[in-house]
Amino acid sequence: MEQPSADAIFALEGIAFAYPAAQGGCEVLRELDFSLAPGQRIGLYGPNGSGKTTLLRCITGLCRLSAGKVLFHGVPVEDEEGFHRLRCAVGYVLQSADDQLFFPTVLEDVAFGPLNLGMGADEARDCALDTLRSLGMESFADRLTHRLSGGEKKMASLAAVLAMKPEALLLDEPTGGLDMASQDRLCELLKSLDVARVTISHDWDFLAEVSDAFCTIQDKAISWTSPLTSHTHRHAHPGGGSPHSHG
Amino acid sequence: MFDEPTTRPSCLTRTDPRVRMALALAASLALAPLKAPCACVACFALSLALLALARPCLKALGARLLGVNVFVAFLAAMLPLSVPGEPAATLLSVDFSKQGFAMAGLIALKANAFVAFFTALVASMDAPTAAYAMERLRMPSKLVFIFIFTLRFIHDIAEEWKRLTTAARLRGFVPKSTRHGYRTLGALLGLLILHSIQRAQRVHEAMLLRGFAGTFRSVAKFRAGWRDAVLAGFVLAGIALVAGIEVLWRQHPGLDAASLAAQAQDCARELGLRLAARLGL
Repeated sequence: MEQPSADAIFALEGIAFAYPAAQGGCEVLRELDFSLAPGQRIGLYGPNGSGKTTLLRCITGLCRLSAGKVLFHGVPVEDEEGFHRLRCAVGYVLQSADDQLFFPTVLEDVAFGPLNLGMGADEARDCALDTLRSLGMESFADRLTHRLSGGEKKMASLAAVLAMKPEALLLDEPTGGLDMASQDRLCELLKSLDVARVTISHDWDFLAEVSDAFCTIQDKAISWTSPLTSHTHRHAHPGGGSPHSHG
Repeated sequence: MFDEPTTRPSCLTRTDPRVRMALALAASLALAPLKAPCACVACFALSLALLALARPCLKALGARLLGVNVFVAFLAAMLPLSVPGEPAATLLSVDFSKQGFAMAGLIALKANAFVAFFTALVASMDAPTAAYAMERLRMPSKLVFIFIFTLRFIHDIAEEWKRLTTAARLRGFVPKSTRHGYRTLGALLGLLILHSIQRAQRVHEAMLLRGFAGTFRSVAKFRAGWRDAVLAGFVLAGIALVAGIEVLWRQHPGLDAASLAAQAQDCARELGLRLAARLGL
């Protein structure tokens, strides 16, 4: 359905990835094409172990490809320096917020990315505070990261990535472990951002809210689908009889 | 768990953490080479004065001092036997040397003064602030990194250990000095190390993802003012006094405190006269 367009932020062309022989040598992705254009909002779903996270790791150069190439603004990325440039423009929000927050205080953590973009200390501090303010989290600046709740950690890790003003976002199961209220807050926030993104989630309702194109990984390659078809269904309603609509 | 405060808010907590950190460093550098007992006493007095200013939590301070003084007690027991010199006492035909006792006393004074200096000046800021102040004072970046990451991850490692031992307990494990007990504890410890290494790898990736290129700067804001000047003046004057006593003692070994004081007075008078002459008074 989607062809890699010339103006894509990043694109994967015919990539393959297999775990090293020492880890079983299992092939996860083969002959896979993928791209993300500015403003595009892709929802990626699929069963555990189908290679969703591996795909994001390939895009950001954390997994080394066994074939194919990664393009960043149409230029092949060949070395660590190239991936460094890509990572500064494509923000990856990890599945585990605990891994993402590695400073004792929230402010230093959010300012870490801007500092790596070459900002001075004061500028990075202002940028971090602005980002926290825009997420309604200015009171978090001096909080200790290990004392935050799960939802707060997720929001802080999102702030840490957004502070770098990324062109594109990669979100790996952003609702994992969040309660309904935190999920709703996150959903509203993502809907208000017009930055291009790839969202991985098992939560269909959430994915449908924050994305407008949907794909899955089938037989080690991307398969585009349109999941929004009408059908009768049964599902649990937390909170019972409150009025709601079905899209 | 590891970040309970050891001091209460005081006039010291309102001073610049960088200044406090630098003063603690200066004080310990001055304290370490002291040989004169009276200089050590003076330095200890200075550290106690700072400690009084810092309003420490007595329970936490007591625990800290206990830890240090257990070591000191060991030394005090060993040194009179191992340092050669005049016997001060003889028990079961074993000599306890005067020099050994003197050295043990010196070490006890110094160790407690170190604790008092650091409790007053460094423990009066929270640990992350201490890390950022270290960065700002241009301490070696590896040291700063290790300190920051220890602060962040020691809680997680402790949590992980709790989770692992809880999971074992839930399946009926009771730590006992048996083959099974040691095997299980070994497995849990191995798992803890493995998980920590994997965590470290994930964190390193997370750092790369945010464009980390090997250098870190803190964005903490510090401001020094008149309070800092007063504090620095007080501590540096104290250190100068201690150093003066030490120099006098080394030039005139064997002097007692009273004659040292007289000597110091002479010195000060002479200095004052010279200064007055220089200023043309």
